[in-house]
Amino acid sequence: MTETSARTQEVRTTDGIVLRFAGDSGDGMQLTGDRFTSASALFGNDLATLPEFPAEIRAPAGTLAGVSSFQVHISDHDITTPGDAPTVLVAMNPAALLSDLHLLKPGGTVIVNADAFNERNLAKAGYESDPLEDGSLDGYTVVTAPMTDLTKRACQDLGVKPREAERSKNFFALGLVSWLYSRPVKPTVDWIDGKFAGRDTVIAANKAAFAAGHAFGETAELGASRLMVQPAALEPGTYTNINGNTALSWGLIAASQQAGIPLFLGSYPITPASDVLHELARHKNFGVRTLQAEDEIGAVGAALGAAYGGHIGVTTTSGPGMALKAETVGLAVSLEVPLVVIDIQRGGPSTGLPTKTEAADLLMAMYGRHGEAPLPIVAAQSPSDCFFTAIEAVRLAVEHRTPVILLSDGYLANSSEPWRIPDVKQLDSIAVNFASKPNHVNDEGESVFWPFRRDERLVRPWAIPGTPGLMHRIGGIEKEDGSGNISYEPDNHQAMVRLRAERIALIAHHIPPAEVVGDPDASVAVVSWGSTWGAITSARRRIESAGHRLAHIHLRHLNPLPANLGDLLRSFERVVVPEMNTGQLCRMLRAEFLVDARSVTKVSGQPFTAAELVEACWEEIGTTGAAR
Amino acid sequence: MTDVPVTTRKDWATDQEVRWCPGCGDYSILTAVQLLMPELEVRREDTVFVSGIGCAARFPYYMNTYGLHAIHGRSPAVATGLAMARGDLHVWVVGGDGDMMSIGGNHLIHALRRNVNLNILLFNNQIYGLTKGQYSPTSERGKVTKSTPHGSVEQPFNAISLALGAEASFVARTHDMDRGHMQEMFRRAHDHPGAAFVEVFQNCNVFNDGAFAALTKRDARDSMLIDLCHGKPVRFGADGEFGVVMDGGRPRVVSVADVGADALVVHDETDPDPSVAFALSRLANTNDVPTPIGVFRAVERSEYGSAVTSQIAASQSKAGPGDLHKLLHSRPTWQVA
Repeated sequence: MTETSARTQEVRTTDGIVLRFAGDSGDGMQLTGDRFTSASALFGNDLATLPEFPAEIRAPAGTLAGVSSFQVHISDHDITTPGDAPTVLVAMNPAALLSDLHLLKPGGTVIVNADAFNERNLAKAGYESDPLEDGSLDGYTVVTAPMTDLTKRACQDLGVKPREAERSKNFFALGLVSWLYSRPVKPTVDWIDGKFAGRDTVIAANKAAFAAGHAFGETAELGASRLMVQPAALEPGTYTNINGNTALSWGLIAASQQAGIPLFLGSYPITPASDVLHELARHKNFGVRTLQAEDEIGAVGAALGAAYGGHIGVTTTSGPGMALKAETVGLAVSLEVPLVVIDIQRGGPSTGLPTKTEAADLLMAMYGRHGEAPLPIVAAQSPSDCFFTAIEAVRLAVEHRTPVILLSDGYLANSSEPWRIPDVKQLDSIAVNFASKPNHVNDEGESVFWPFRRDERLVRPWAIPGTPGLMHRIGGIEKEDGSGNISYEPDNHQAMVRLRAERIALIAHHIPPAEVVGDPDASVAVVSWGSTWGAITSARRRIESAGHRLAHIHLRHLNPLPANLGDLLRSFERVVVPEMNTGQLCRMLRAEFLVDARSVTKVSGQPFTAAELVEACWEEIGTTGAAR
Repeated sequence: MTDVPVTTRKDWATDQEVRWCPGCGDYSILTAVQLLMPELEVRREDTVFVSGIGCAARFPYYMNTYGLHAIHGRSPAVATGLAMARGDLHVWVVGGDGDMMSIGGNHLIHALRRNVNLNILLFNNQIYGLTKGQYSPTSERGKVTKSTPHGSVEQPFNAISLALGAEASFVARTHDMDRGHMQEMFRRAHDHPGAAFVEVFQNCNVFNDGAFAALTKRDARDSMLIDLCHGKPVRFGADGEFGVVMDGGRPRVVSVADVGADALVVHDETDPDPSVAFALSRLANTNDVPTPIGVFRAVERSEYGSAVTSQIAASQSKAGPGDLHKLLHSRPTWQVA
């Protein structure tokens, strides 16, 4: 600890901090990180978060397996990632320190709960000697605080039992970092009042711990470590801090409003998708129906049934659930009914890494059904973008009468960022057009309804039960184009397979063209999809500020691909495709356009860092290391 | 519903050629349904038949209503979504024993448990027909089929016991040789709010011919079928000479002359406790002993779709109809000038 006086110390200003809270699963690190984030958001910083938690609800206390972390990047300018490496690590116990110290930037700050560094905890984590004393932390700025003890003392006159008081130590940590990084106090105090309303001793204990942490910074003369991150100059507007799953849920509600038909969600609990079910279940006043089904197949089946009945049928899941839903999605392809299938991807195969991110379901989305069963695929690029991607998925499903797969991932699901709330009057409407009258005259001269008579976009009518005169029977058996009657005729099947492919391909004319961000005349283009957008954007800015050129093409629509994409890709010397899989989009682009795209991949359960992508682009740009 | 147009069987039939094997029990069930529909005073456009895969699952193609022929086993799930979304519809689910008790067993029991407003008709022929003759989950132990050349070693489901165990609020059994009885059961299913489960003993004359003959042939019915009638003693035989008593919690077939009519169990389909109904379902686990048919259970219970709709209404009266602008501003916000 540095020997300085708080009185004489002015708070230094910095352009950004990456703070990582790490502790036991039971220590409340997600909540602590979330509160720090909210206070920073209200203060006006730009920010991005990366919550990381174990798949077990409570792994054995004090062990490496039980470490739960929350990383937040706050900044005075526009940022797109939760930061490559934390500049500050808050470690609530030895296991947290051991697990996350290697991530910390050289020279960074370590804030530890000294009370937790006892022999027992050191042994549980696997330390042979105390890292606070053996020189392991040389080179870092170390702030030690007896958080447990000071929290208990702060609570001793409040009638809170010591054991319960101890549980408030995360608020001590929050108070300390709030002082160190000049966060406003009021949002957290107000939040405690609201969150724990009716539990007065809990409110008192949490507030006392928070105040004690705040005071500790001052009395322990930590002034030299104080930093301030000014508000970011973001586009004018009203902002809220939002994560991907909430944005996705709200996007589905918005789509239902824009389409003027109710939303139906069939879902089965699965990490990291369950929060969408939780969120939508809260908003019944929007006419939302949610079914927690008996299994993944029941969930998609019910969504399909609701869609057949004229609702926006949606099912949400993650990879393993996608595998189970495949047959029903194939039925929706055959029936040509609107259905939105949302895959919040996670590490696979099988149970894989339930709480870690990966984006390896693209080819499953493309081809994971039997027979020729094409459908549109869209992917979200950032937490707030999940809102607009959900609307787009519903638009494609409803207007083109097709199942649509929306790909998000575990990182987008749980990460948050400030979002400039859109004007709801500016949202596009979605055209439903239920069929209301016969559309064909048969050989006997009677007006009849043909469920598979298509319009110029090859879209069939959506005639919902309850409509007089349009009764019809459809199913998964091949049907005659037009009449929809069962047909096993060879020529008809061949025509139907081609029609189903063509009508999805035609959607390319109903989506925006691919756009280049950065320099369209650069020799290297990075092509991306999904949550890699943030790290690539950050990497591109670094490359540009080093005086080099880079083009970035980010794809929201993965099937069909934008109509101009082939020509665009062929206009670059080199094409690089970074993905959190082993090269799935890259394969698609090579197959589709015969371009010599190069794959850059990461499948560690962690998102790309900007530095990794700068490195990858640099190789392509062919600039020497000296230019860095 | 006086404004419902008068219809005849012809209005409820489609122009599609019926493709079941000649002599299949499905024909008589189809006829029973098509003849019944005009009496139910419902509109064809408000009626939907949903099915999975199998011979029985072709049923929707022959009904001039809305029809959805889905995939194997999933019809109760698909119908659940439809009935939840559209409380104004009359949704029928048709399937066989393989479709609904094997691959779709999970969806079936949960649709029954939730009490979704569905009329579920299980055509039980104790065999896989469309895949040409493998044993099914209702085939008897020892059944020799292509997939069990040495005889099945599996315990079959008793469909009524299963439905009762799954908390079904309406459970009935009928057979394909008695149109009047079928129609009565189907009508009761239609009238029942919530999930109504009707098992139909159906003959597959190609792969399992005569499976139920010992029960359903005309001269056997009196002594082999126990027709359950609400409020009446459980009694059968040409002259009502047999009956059922509860003996230490177990049902037992007796001669009325031996025990006296007062000793017979009086059938109460509305009993909130399903124990007696379950006990009656256990009287017969093979097709060679007297077997109960009729309504085992018919109790009032909150219907799923309406319960969901009431929550929506309550939420709207409390919070007002959804306001998107308000939703997007429902978390802490800040202004950037």
